[in-house]
Amino acid sequence: MTIATHAADAATDPVRDRARGGAPAGAGGSTPAPRRRRALQRREDAAGYLFLTPWLIGFFLLTAGPMLFSLYLAFTNYSIFGKTEFIGLDNFARMMDDEVWWGSVRITLLCVLVGTPIKLLAALAVAMLLNYRSKGTGFFRSAFYAPSLIGASVSIAIVWRAMFSTGGPVDSSLRIFGIDIGGWVGIPALILPMMILLAVWQFGAPMVIFLAGLKQVPAELYEAASVDGAGPLGKFRNVTLPMLSPVIFFNLLLEMIHAFQVFASAYIIGSGTGGPAGATNFYTVYLYTRAFTNTQMGYASAMAWVLLIAVGIIAVIMFRTSNSWVHYSGDKR
Amino acid sequence: MSATTVDRDRTATRTGSLRRRRTWTTVAWVVAMVALTAVILYPLAWMVSASFKPTAEFGANQAFLPENPTIGNYFKVLEGVGGVPLWRFFLNSFILASLSVVGIVISASLAAYAFARIRFRGNGAWFAVMIGTLLLPFHVLIIPQYMLFRRLDLVDTFVPLLLGKFLAVEAFFVFLIVQFIRGLPRDMDEAARIDGCGHWRIFWLIILPLIKPALVSASIFAFIWSWNDFLGPLLYLNSPDNYPLPLALRVFNDQTSSSDYGATVAVSVLALLPILLFFIIFQRFLVEGVSTQGLKG
Repeated sequence: MTIATHAADAATDPVRDRARGGAPAGAGGSTPAPRRRRALQRREDAAGYLFLTPWLIGFFLLTAGPMLFSLYLAFTNYSIFGKTEFIGLDNFARMMDDEVWWGSVRITLLCVLVGTPIKLLAALAVAMLLNYRSKGTGFFRSAFYAPSLIGASVSIAIVWRAMFSTGGPVDSSLRIFGIDIGGWVGIPALILPMMILLAVWQFGAPMVIFLAGLKQVPAELYEAASVDGAGPLGKFRNVTLPMLSPVIFFNLLLEMIHAFQVFASAYIIGSGTGGPAGATNFYTVYLYTRAFTNTQMGYASAMAWVLLIAVGIIAVIMFRTSNSWVHYSGDKR
Repeated sequence: MSATTVDRDRTATRTGSLRRRRTWTTVAWVVAMVALTAVILYPLAWMVSASFKPTAEFGANQAFLPENPTIGNYFKVLEGVGGVPLWRFFLNSFILASLSVVGIVISASLAAYAFARIRFRGNGAWFAVMIGTLLLPFHVLIIPQYMLFRRLDLVDTFVPLLLGKFLAVEAFFVFLIVQFIRGLPRDMDEAARIDGCGHWRIFWLIILPLIKPALVSASIFAFIWSWNDFLGPLLYLNSPDNYPLPLALRVFNDQTSSSDYGATVAVSVLALLPILLFFIIFQRFLVEGVSTQGLKG
């Protein structure tokens, strides 16, 4: 710590030097201005990289390095035991023939593409309800946010499983309406709705962001829309949605990436087996099983890169199309 | 005279009906909100209630409240699992979560200060890289990271779970603090620079005290995420003595859930309790922290 202190203090900044030198930079003096400015810049650089050192070490050691290494592993048959050989695109070719892999891709994509929009619609609707009044919303805002904090925990996965099992609250309340399907956990087709409900239950995090966005929409815009004769629906379409589009973009991107990475709940609900009939074998669960149960780390690395590329493609598509639907008002940075 | 009274009457009834309509919408709003809260918090309420049901009532008593409430489940659970008492898992979780908080607060605020206040060459590029890691799926890294820590003989220690926290690997925290620092007026640090302060002193004496709210949010998130983390401990911790709560819960769930629902739900309640208390105390910081995240920048 002390070394850092000295070095950072030694890396003085322009203003201090200017004060010491007595003459403003660029007003001549013995040293020509450009060289002096370069020296100051060098000090600023030194300070910047010094403060950034922990992050840089972390980035190279735990992010960039592992990323490149996993790219290399994706082209090998690496396993903790046995010899490692370079096998080209074999892992990717095997993936295409792997029905379990396709199954996990299918349920993961369904969860992302169905669950995320429902979750965001719920978040937006409740945010607008909360925004309707200015006072007395704090309690509700916090209560709705709570599931987002605990939703990914093992505790909630256990509770979710118990709630949807035979004789649990969901089963017994459906029975009141004469629907008798018993426990959801044993039925592969019902696992996905159960997982989507668990995701939607955590709508609080995007809701809070929507709410903050709604509060920033200038009231004049709504007044102007009223003067133009717009009804509530017109105001929503022509004022709220465009003004909120940057926040929608942000929420959509982050939530989709999150949804791809669901692990703990699927692992616990399926007791780590991916069952019943592969219904909880989400992409990350399958990746984990391949890498650490079957120790096929080469194959699992290839799977990880496919995930990375899929997420990358989605992000690129979103950024590319954002010009046409994301509206940035006023100050562009 | 008659004309004015009629007029006055009309305005009176109009404002009266308006006020009445406003009270009605308020009532409807409150009813809707309370109903929604009940639905959303139902799983938590169910969980607490179920933890007091004797095992015999599971499946038999489908009512919300237990017929013969008992705290037996909690007593049973204290014994722990696999010969390790329950408090041990709490202690492990607590150590991991507290050290995560320390690591993240130090490393993320240093990095955030560099990004937000130092005009070094490459600032923009590195900032973009940092934002990029925000979108990176964590699963791409787990295999090489595991190999690295295995090579270093650090599997079954807390080091693999904590090293990243001391190196600001989670960009969320850096970003959160950067956003907060950018929102601070620059007058104070400009003045300090004129008085001859270097970056270290500006950071330590001016910025750090001002970003306390952001540090509080970051700490709470760091604590809760570490407390809930399942994949990390699952990868790195093998011996039950080292298990934090999520791993212990999983063992509980696999061993007893079919035979002893009550006990499993009781452990789940205990594991969530610290987080819920944390949340109730600090919810303002948390919710504010999240809402600033998406708006600027």
